[in-house]
Amino acid sequence: MTLLEIKNLHAAAGEKTILRGINLVINPGEVHAIMGLNGSGKSTLANVLSGKDEYEVTQGEVLYEGEDLLEKSPEERARAGIFMAFQYPVELPGVNNTYFLKAAVNAIRRERGEQELDAYDFMKLVREKLKVLDIDESLLKRDVNTGFSGGEKKRNEIFQMAVLNPRLAILDETDSGLDIDALKAVGSGVTKLRSPERAVLVITHYQRLLNHIEPDFVHIQMDGRIVRSGDRSLALRVEEEGYSWLEEEVRNGLVNA
Amino acid sequence: MSDAISTIEEFAGREYQYGFTSEIEAVTIPRGLNEEIIRTISAIKQEPEWLLEWRLKAFQHWQTMSEPQWPNVHYEKVDYQDIIYYSAPKPKKQLSSLDEVDPELLATFEKLGISLDEQKRLTNVAVDAVFDSVSVATTFKDKLAEMGIIFCSFSEAVREHPELVREYLGTVVPYSDNYFAALNSAVFSDGSFCYVPKGVRCPMELSTYFRINAKDTGQFERTLLIADEGAYVSYLEGCTAPMRDENQLHAAVVELVALREATIKYSTVQNWYPGDKEGRGGIYNFVTKRGKCDGDNSKITWTQVETGSAITWKYPSCILKGDNSVGEFYSVALTNHKQQADTGTKMIHIGKNTRSTIVAKGISAGNGQNTYRGLVRVNPGAEGARNYSQCDSLLIGDRCGAHTFPYIDVQNPTAQVEHEASTSKIGEDQIFYCNQRGISTEDAVNMIVNGFCKEVFRELPMEFAVEAQKLLGVSLEGSVG
Repeated sequence: MTLLEIKNLHAAAGEKTILRGINLVINPGEVHAIMGLNGSGKSTLANVLSGKDEYEVTQGEVLYEGEDLLEKSPEERARAGIFMAFQYPVELPGVNNTYFLKAAVNAIRRERGEQELDAYDFMKLVREKLKVLDIDESLLKRDVNTGFSGGEKKRNEIFQMAVLNPRLAILDETDSGLDIDALKAVGSGVTKLRSPERAVLVITHYQRLLNHIEPDFVHIQMDGRIVRSGDRSLALRVEEEGYSWLEEEVRNGLVNA
Repeated sequence: MSDAISTIEEFAGREYQYGFTSEIEAVTIPRGLNEEIIRTISAIKQEPEWLLEWRLKAFQHWQTMSEPQWPNVHYEKVDYQDIIYYSAPKPKKQLSSLDEVDPELLATFEKLGISLDEQKRLTNVAVDAVFDSVSVATTFKDKLAEMGIIFCSFSEAVREHPELVREYLGTVVPYSDNYFAALNSAVFSDGSFCYVPKGVRCPMELSTYFRINAKDTGQFERTLLIADEGAYVSYLEGCTAPMRDENQLHAAVVELVALREATIKYSTVQNWYPGDKEGRGGIYNFVTKRGKCDGDNSKITWTQVETGSAITWKYPSCILKGDNSVGEFYSVALTNHKQQADTGTKMIHIGKNTRSTIVAKGISAGNGQNTYRGLVRVNPGAEGARNYSQCDSLLIGDRCGAHTFPYIDVQNPTAQVEHEASTSKIGEDQIFYCNQRGISTEDAVNMIVNGFCKEVFRELPMEFAVEAQKLLGVSLEGSVG
């Protein structure tokens, strides 16, 4: 069954229309990458999907597991299995990372009618994920993202993703501001978390993250629409030639969207 | 964000849970204040002559003073002649056990979650309950007496231990100290007294619950706590008051004396009626709290969580007289609706190598106004004094305010004084981040507020910390193994 279906999605921030008819279908197990220049509306798409209310959907619909996603609140979407790794993870001073994650895990479990994890089982889960991702345990004692370096913040996002075990993970420009080592760590972390049940939507400006997370599909977004879809080779061509050839095609009406 | 705002408003708009009135017969004296009233109070309490004289001197001094105008709070002037200065539940007979206490009174305590019976015994807390103005029951006294610890009502201390009261009363907060302290000294009704003898470590947290009950009755508590050389005591003070339409004045005085090598921890959770959403009603809390580290190596720690009262004017302070003495002040003050708080501390360094720490957290929500006001003074003789101050403000919504007035007065060049301050706002992005992880907005706000207060909460005794967190509508952080 299709996990996510976006149909003719239009969205605006205030007076400004940003998304102008996005169409996209994502099935479980697939990794999709959306690439595009700054201002093409990539992050807006991520934020609309996760429910940030500064954007207004003006047209179109989004189905998640066959249900209307857009009528759900951000926390309902999260509990239904949508996870967004933030481009700028937010600091929560004084809020312990472990405590935060436990609250999140149990909010999700409550929603699903599952029993809440006690401290012992929760710590067991957390340690297991740390090991898989090769992250130091000291992370657990720190306050959420507070005083973290850029790389630490992004790795913390991937760690949260591992613990929360989402069905759809959206990575919003997770590569921005990362050096090569951090990029590798984040990329390999996400790759380890690939599974037949989980879909991943990678939003990125550059191709380089895709060296570490092999996408099944690559989409190029321009001016609020997906103008070209393909496989990995499309990303490589963009890396080599930039976006101008596509802009040219768009001007000449050769888009496939 | 509209969701977030409505939840924040709900959070800020919770109705006061403790608004009920007990139907108990009360003895009251006429409205107003004059020498005759003071003589009457003193006579009712069968006080010795020296105490009456002290009250009268205080009253004379008070008449020469005027109400302080400098705090950053605004309220209608108090008519001091329109207050009843003494009210006590009418004693039907001498009470020797809890069974004899008015059942309605016990039910009131029950509603407040204060049990004077086995529960407290099990939780190891001795309670000296002050109902309006007179202590009605004291538990654990015998056990404490075996160790030489005196823990009783102030009136009883005046009767049973007049030499101790006379020696220490007014030595930390003189009757001439300030307007409200002078008023209290003239008319104080009752309160708590504690003396811990040399070298004794008080084995339990001592606690007092205050409650304002009779209509239009000012409450003028007086607490005196003495830790003799090498003694240790931890004292908890919790306060709730029932809902009232008219503003009620509360002007308490607390004096702490720590002799050589003694340690006093004084913790307060205060949730008096803050008034309704429009700011009607609510308690005026004008309190003078001060401790004196009299001896070398002594230590006094004030920890307060202030969530109630319409107006708070309160500066628990430390006079660091003994060499190497330590003063600490940890505070959370929350104001919402139209609440106003002007609170902080004074650390007066007199002895050599004295150290003080100030951690003040102000939370403002609704139309609340929160002011931190603090003084760090290092006297010329305070060689090697050190102070660290941290003042953080958290704003919830955009109609509230936070203000900080730190005064620093250093007269010794070897002193080190540090001051850090921050102001932050619970941001939409923080709430959205929590929402995106499945956490509801209400839980997110609680979590962020709780995190903000963490450094103060961890100074509170465990059971009090839980109560404090409940008061802020926060669930306990407990998952870190």
